[in-house]
Amino acid sequence: MSHAEDQETGNRRDFLYYATAATGVVVGGAAVWPLVNTMNPSADTRAASTMRVDVSGIAEGTQITVLFLGKPIFIRRRTAPEIEEARAVDVAELVDPDARNPNLDGEVDASDANRTLTPEGIEDTGEWLVMQGVCTHLGCVPLGDGAGDFNGWFCPCHGSHYDTCGRIRRGPAPENLPIPVASFVDEATILLG
Amino acid sequence: MSGIPHDHYEPKTKGEKWLHRRLPVVGLLYDTLMIPTPKNLNWMWIWGIVLVFCLMLQIITGVILVMHYTPHVDMAFASVEHIMRNVNGGWAIRYLHQNGASLFFIAVYLHIFRGLYYGSYKAPREVTWIIGMLIYLLMMGTAFMGYVLPWGQMSFWGATVITGLFGAIPFIGEGIQTWLLGGPAVDNATLNRFLSLHYLLPFIILGLVIVHVWAFHTTGNNNPTGVEVRRTSRKEADADTLPFWPYFVIKDLFALGVILIGFFAIVGFMPNYLGHPDNYIEANPLATPAHIVPEWYFLPFYAILRAFDGEVWVVIAASWITGGIIDAKFFGVLAMFGAIIVMALVPWLDTSSVRSGRFRPMFKVAFWIFIVNFFVLMWVGAMPAEGIYPYIALVGSTYWFAYFLVILPILGIIETPLPQPATIEDDFNDHYGGGHKGGVETGGAAAPSPAE
Repeated sequence: MSHAEDQETGNRRDFLYYATAATGVVVGGAAVWPLVNTMNPSADTRAASTMRVDVSGIAEGTQITVLFLGKPIFIRRRTAPEIEEARAVDVAELVDPDARNPNLDGEVDASDANRTLTPEGIEDTGEWLVMQGVCTHLGCVPLGDGAGDFNGWFCPCHGSHYDTCGRIRRGPAPENLPIPVASFVDEATILLG
Repeated sequence: MSGIPHDHYEPKTKGEKWLHRRLPVVGLLYDTLMIPTPKNLNWMWIWGIVLVFCLMLQIITGVILVMHYTPHVDMAFASVEHIMRNVNGGWAIRYLHQNGASLFFIAVYLHIFRGLYYGSYKAPREVTWIIGMLIYLLMMGTAFMGYVLPWGQMSFWGATVITGLFGAIPFIGEGIQTWLLGGPAVDNATLNRFLSLHYLLPFIILGLVIVHVWAFHTTGNNNPTGVEVRRTSRKEADADTLPFWPYFVIKDLFALGVILIGFFAIVGFMPNYLGHPDNYIEANPLATPAHIVPEWYFLPFYAILRAFDGEVWVVIAASWITGGIIDAKFFGVLAMFGAIIVMALVPWLDTSSVRSGRFRPMFKVAFWIFIVNFFVLMWVGAMPAEGIYPYIALVGSTYWFAYFLVILPILGIIETPLPQPATIEDDFNDHYGGGHKGGVETGGAAAPSPAE
C-alpha cells in the first residue's frame, strides 16, 4: 500500500499513513477511556470515604462494629486486664512484628501502644482499639469479645487466633488485623477515613 | 466448505433463485446443515448439540428471569424469592436456569475431554480449539457473575474472594480490584455491573460459537480414529461420510432427549442438590459463612488456586527470584489461570503425530490419570484447606501441569503408536461388520448408507 518497499526512506504518503493511524489510535483511546472510567468508584461512593462514629455509648469491655467502606470496623473499649495482657507480650515473639497502623509514620513495631487510638482531651490509657474486622488470611470476619486462645478475636473460617490488640498469634493468617485511618475529633467521636 | 466433495445448494423455484441472487442465506444454511460428517462418530460427539441447547436454554430462561429480577442490594434477594413464590411458573424457570448452568458445564467438560482424548485440537483444528477455550473462559465468567445476582451469602463472599484474586496482582492489583467492584468492597455498583455483563456475555459466547462451528466446518470434523476424510474423489468422500442432516441431527437429538430426562429429574426432584444452602441466606458483609466454596464446576481450579501456599518450594523460589513481587497469593492466581492457559496451548505442546488416543497406549494411561486427577481436584477443592487436603491438592495440581508441559511433549517422542485404519470407511466396517471391507477401491460402498 505504500512505496516504502522500494525506497530506503519513507515518503510523504508513508508519513500521512502513520500520522493518520497514530491519530486514530489516540482518538480511539480518548473515546474509550471515559467509558472505562465510569466503572471506577462514583462520586457518592468516594464521598462516603469518611465517617464519624459516636463512641460515647461504648462501655468498658464492649465493642461495636460499624460498616465503613463496605468492610466491618471493630471499635473496642478494652478492659485493664486486656490491656495488661497485650502489653505483656514480647514484640519479638509475634508472627507479624509490624504495627499495620497507617496513623503512625514509618515502620513501627507491633507493640500494644502502637496499635491503639489516642483519645482527644483525656488521658490515654490505651483502652481504645479501632481496627478492620477482616481476617488477613482470606477476608472472613473474625468473632470478637474474647474469642480464641488469646482472648481477642478468632476467625472461624480457617482458625486464626488474634490477641487482645488484634495481632495474629496462631493460624494461617499472615498479618495483624489492619488499623484504618482514624482519629478522635472530640472526646466521644471517632473520625474514620 | 471443508474441501470434502458434496452436494451444494441449488435454488430451484423462482423465489429461491430471486433470494439467492440477493442474499445466499438459504445456501449458507443448507451447506452448514448438510456438511459431510465422518460416519464413525461415536456418542462422545453429541456434546456440541447439548451445549448449543444449553446456551439457548440459558439465554431464554435468563431473559425471562430479568423481567422479574431487581438488581439492587436491598431488593435482589427478595426479588429472587418473589420469582420463586409469586411469579407464575417462576420457580421452574429459575431452577431450569440454575441447573442449566450445571448441565452446561457437565457438557463442556465432556466436550473438552473428548477433544483431548481424540486429539481434536491437533492441526489443522488449532483455531477451533482456541476459540473453544475462549468460550470456556467466558462461560466461567458468566457463571460466576450469575451466581452473584441472587445476593445470598455465597454470592457475596464468593464475589469478595474471586475479585480479591485480582487484588493479588502486584502494583496495579488494588486499582484493578476497585475498578472491577466500583468501590472499596462488593456492593450495589458491583451487583449492577455483574448483571449487565451476565446479560452481555452469553451473546458474545453465541457469536464465538458461530465462529467455532465455522472453523471446524472449514477443516471438517475430527472422528474417533483421527484419520482424515478422503477428499480425493466424491465416491471416496461419500464412503467416509454422511450428511449432518438428518443422520447426526437425529442421533444428537436422541442423545439430548436421554440427557434431558436426567436433567428434568434433577430440576424437578432435587433442584438444590448442586447448590449451596448458605446462598439462601441474604448477603451480609458483617458475617462470613464458615466455609466458602465455589460452585462444583470451579472446584478443580479453586483447588489449584489454594494448593500453592507459602510453604511450597516453587512458591518460595518464585518469590526469591522476583524479589518478593510474586508472593504466595499471586502465585496461586497465576497457577489457576496458568492451568487453563496450558490447556489452551495443548495443540503446540502435544508432539505426537497420531491424533486419536485410541492408537496411543501410553497416552491412554496418562489421559485417564488426568481425568481421575480432575475429579480428585474437584473433591479436594470442596474440602477445607487444612490437614492432608493441601498436599493432595498440590500433587493434583502438579500432575495437571506435568500432563501438559512434560508428559504430552515427551510421549510424542518415546511412544510407539498402534496401527491406524487406512480410512474411516474401514473403521466403520470393522465396527459395524458391514460387508464393504477394502473400501471403494474394491467397488463397495458406492452410496452412503446409514448404520441401520
